[in-house]
Amino acid sequence: MAHDHPEHHHDNELDPMAARVRALETILTEKGLVDPKAIDAIVDTYETKVGPRNGARVVAKAWSDPEFSGWLQRDATEAISSLGYTGRQGEHMQAVFNTSDTHNLVVCTLCSCYPWSVLGLPPVWYKAPPYRSRAVIDPRGVLAEFDLVLPETTKIRVWDSTAELRYLVVPLRPAGTEGFSEEQLAELVTRDSMIGTGLALTPEAA
Amino acid sequence: MNGPQDLGGQMGFGPVAPEKDEPLFHAEWEKRALGLTIAAGAMGHWNIDESRHTRESLHPADYYSSTYYEIWIKALERLLQRHGFVSPEELGKGHATGKGTEPKRVLKAENVAAALAKGGPCDRPMTAPPRFSAGDRVRTHNFNPQTHTRLPRYARGKAGIVEAVREGFVFPDTNAHGKGENPQFVYTVTFPAAEIWGDGADPTLTVSIDAWESYLEPA
Repeated sequence: MAHDHPEHHHDNELDPMAARVRALETILTEKGLVDPKAIDAIVDTYETKVGPRNGARVVAKAWSDPEFSGWLQRDATEAISSLGYTGRQGEHMQAVFNTSDTHNLVVCTLCSCYPWSVLGLPPVWYKAPPYRSRAVIDPRGVLAEFDLVLPETTKIRVWDSTAELRYLVVPLRPAGTEGFSEEQLAELVTRDSMIGTGLALTPEAA
Repeated sequence: MNGPQDLGGQMGFGPVAPEKDEPLFHAEWEKRALGLTIAAGAMGHWNIDESRHTRESLHPADYYSSTYYEIWIKALERLLQRHGFVSPEELGKGHATGKGTEPKRVLKAENVAAALAKGGPCDRPMTAPPRFSAGDRVRTHNFNPQTHTRLPRYARGKAGIVEAVREGFVFPDTNAHGKGENPQFVYTVTFPAAEIWGDGADPTLTVSIDAWESYLEPA
């Protein structure tokens, strides 16, 4: 019985959650309540179209273009939408800018609110109890687990996404990037640097 | 409600353990769970606040032992039953056995891109002016409703500064329970860590929340 029979994949061989989700999709499809092709299209959107490269382009533009940076500060939703990034879980955007003495960190202690339109789907750790419980009380301890140790004098601002505003951190532009194009700069902007659990990469590290 | 979702400041969950190069999905069923949750929500029979409340109403032991997509699916089953779309019998059998509620609409593949790009804005026009201004000192309400709220326990009864006045937004505390959108102004309120955590708080830390107007009183 220990042999694997990949040619026989019946429901009773699926793990319990896979079977449960398949059952639910079957029922809803049979009843005409969901279109399985719509589910495919939703998944494809977040696998191939909407992800942290969107946010990286926003940050790179903010680094390169003071006018855009000012707009992003005043009205992040409009500024971001001018680059074509709109929609679900990005309807009301707020950009928070790291400075030489202030570091920003974003969390949702109550669920998993996250700026999908610019960062895509949140990572597992962002939605899990360790991060959600500790980011507001022990951010330095959390950051150390991301190998980010900030100077003791750096002010830390934690933004708990308790309403419908979604926060994007604009990390500091790394040194040694004078003359870089927006495309080159975007390569340095990691997802974690836009949550606040990381910094932008230096050109040497990229 | 003081449910399992209200995690800020709780202890004992261990390290964050970020994964290196984590995949977007950890199993095929997670993709279907994401799509099902969005597609079923697009029928238009419940709002995001009711969804959140359903998730946080899972038994705490169930909530904490489930991954987030598991939480979504367990809550989705409840929402579909509550709104008459599926029966417990059908969930047991894994097949449709009868008729249920007629959906207001069904999300078709060709409409997915437009629906996701549009999203579901929650801001609403306001007629009265905001009660508070940036710079005002405020104190958050102290309450423990058994119903949905977005004021976390750690930030109740605390004094802070209004950092920004936002727009009017749908009020989740009523909207989650079918009692209307009742939009209120939302304010970003900032607290020094010592106000929240007291002894031993990080002196370099401030925590900001977004609070609906009725969560706040002048301080």
